Amino acid sequence: MTLAQAEGRPFFDWAWVGDHLADIGTRVGQHLQLTFIAVLVGLLISFPLSIFAYRHRRFLPPITIATGILYTIPSLALFALLIPFTKLSVLTAEIGLVSYTLLILIRNIVAGLEGIPSDVKEAAVGMGYSPRELFWRVELPLAIPVIAAGVRVATVTTIGLVTVAALIGKGGVGYFILLGFDRSFPTASMLGALLSLILAVSIDGLLVVGERLVTPWAHPHSARSAG
Amino acid sequence: MPEVMISLRNVSKRFSGTSDSAVNDLSMNVNEGETVVLVGPSGCGKTTTMKMINRLIEPTSGAIEVDGTDVLKQDPVQLRRNIGYVIQSIGLLPHRTISDNIATVPKLIGWDDGRIEGRIEELVRIFELDKELLPRYPGELSGGQRQRVGVARALAADPPVMLMDEPFGAVDPIVRERLQDQFLDIQQRLKKTIVFVTHDIDEAIKMADRIAILNRGGVIEQYASPEEILRAPANEFVKQFVGSERGLKRLALMKVSEIEVEEGPVVAPSASRDVALKTMEAFGTDWTSVVDDGELLGWVDGELLDGAGTVAEARPRPFSAYVTGDSTLRQALDSIVTSRTNVAVVASEGQRYKGILSLERISKEIVA
Repeated sequence: MTLAQAEGRPFFDWAWVGDHLADIGTRVGQHLQLTFIAVLVGLLISFPLSIFAYRHRRFLPPITIATGILYTIPSLALFALLIPFTKLSVLTAEIGLVSYTLLILIRNIVAGLEGIPSDVKEAAVGMGYSPRELFWRVELPLAIPVIAAGVRVATVTTIGLVTVAALIGKGGVGYFILLGFDRSFPTASMLGALLSLILAVSIDGLLVVGERLVTPWAHPHSARSAG
Repeated sequence: MPEVMISLRNVSKRFSGTSDSAVNDLSMNVNEGETVVLVGPSGCGKTTTMKMINRLIEPTSGAIEVDGTDVLKQDPVQLRRNIGYVIQSIGLLPHRTISDNIATVPKLIGWDDGRIEGRIEELVRIFELDKELLPRYPGELSGGQRQRVGVARALAADPPVMLMDEPFGAVDPIVRERLQDQFLDIQQRLKKTIVFVTHDIDEAIKMADRIAILNRGGVIEQYASPEEILRAPANEFVKQFVGSERGLKRLALMKVSEIEVEEGPVVAPSASRDVALKTMEAFGTDWTSVVDDGELLGWVDGELLDGAGTVAEARPRPFSAYVTGDSTLRQALDSIVTSRTNVAVVASEGQRYKGILSLERISKEIVA
């Protein structure tokens, strides 16, 4: 495709989109996969770290500072730093994506656990919950609304960041954004941006619905129409 | 001799970082089926003392036995499952429905579903809970409802011992009184061994079989029945803590049925005006009760009798209030000072006339 060709086309070229549906599907799938893995791995790392920080308060500041530093590194710089070690691979992309989820997830998991009313814990211990039962049956379920809020922010952020990973060839729908820049073909860039936006909004909506399903107690009035 | 259910022997607690003891060399027994109220000013160690019984707080020294077993040698988790526990803020699990909240301990100790369901139904009946509440979450209940669910939950596995830390403290006075009455009623049937903590001496007097009055540093100043504490406070501290109106508080503990009523002026409706006036004269009153074959009809005075041939013709007025054998002397006193006749008329259920109580008669009880 040449520059001249692009100039002759309309502002948004629906025909081109129609010709590339299969490719769009593949890229959307890749985007979702990169996002899902990043948030899942982020959770797997954040969860034990958060519980550790919650139990031993003095470790919370260093953990927050370390993940905060990771959060402030520009994603492009991080990819550039990693490429010598992990090449242009999915691993490079995921290391970057996972790093950005940690600060958000750890903060929310710790805040969720710390926000549990002390009288609820006292009553539970007083009734004979063992420490393990207290954590899995009382503390964790009660922290879910705040943890879920963190997962939503982390997921939406990650969906946006995946497009940047297009620069190392693993960018999901970010591929279309770069393609548009490379070929001065706005339709592709707009398509990439739009798909990223739609993904973010719809996944966020799904997470809201999921959170409400697992925590009906936190929304008693929306869960029962009669109140 | 009543069986000792809970015994504390020379129990002390010193929290790290403080020089003063929260509880100092405290010894006391709680008998089976008895409600003991720990009461005292803030910082007297009453809550600390209670929490050492189920080991939410570990004593620094001393021995604690529940039902003959040394609690310090027991697994604290198992120990707590055998002891009902209610705190002021209740602490219902917000993510569990009311029925699941009530089922907490039965589930922890592995009751099967059928047994749990039956027990919930039983508790709903005992506590007169609204069945509609069972599938709801705690956030949807009123303060009074949560309080009752909290107590029901503590009783769910039918523990022999209950620890209650200001269980009715978080509700308004009217609801509190209702909850107290209901709990007294339930306790009368269940006969649990209860350690109850409050800072409110009136609540202590109302709920307790015995009251332990604690002073700062966790020292018992007096451990006796409410009646004895009011009649014979052990020292200046107890006197101060019990406060003024000791006599009135004692009256609240005594029932009308426990004292002898006095004979008052009585006439039959068929009696003539002359007989009625003579009766009033004999008792030195300006009124007389009208009783028909044992049934209290009301009263008449000289004014009503004016121009009437018989008492019935004078149209006796009903007493605005009368007291029964179940009324407290405090209620009787209230009746005396608010009635026109300056006495309390005593009748049983069905308005059977018993006699009267005068101010003199009641003050004799306080002095006695």
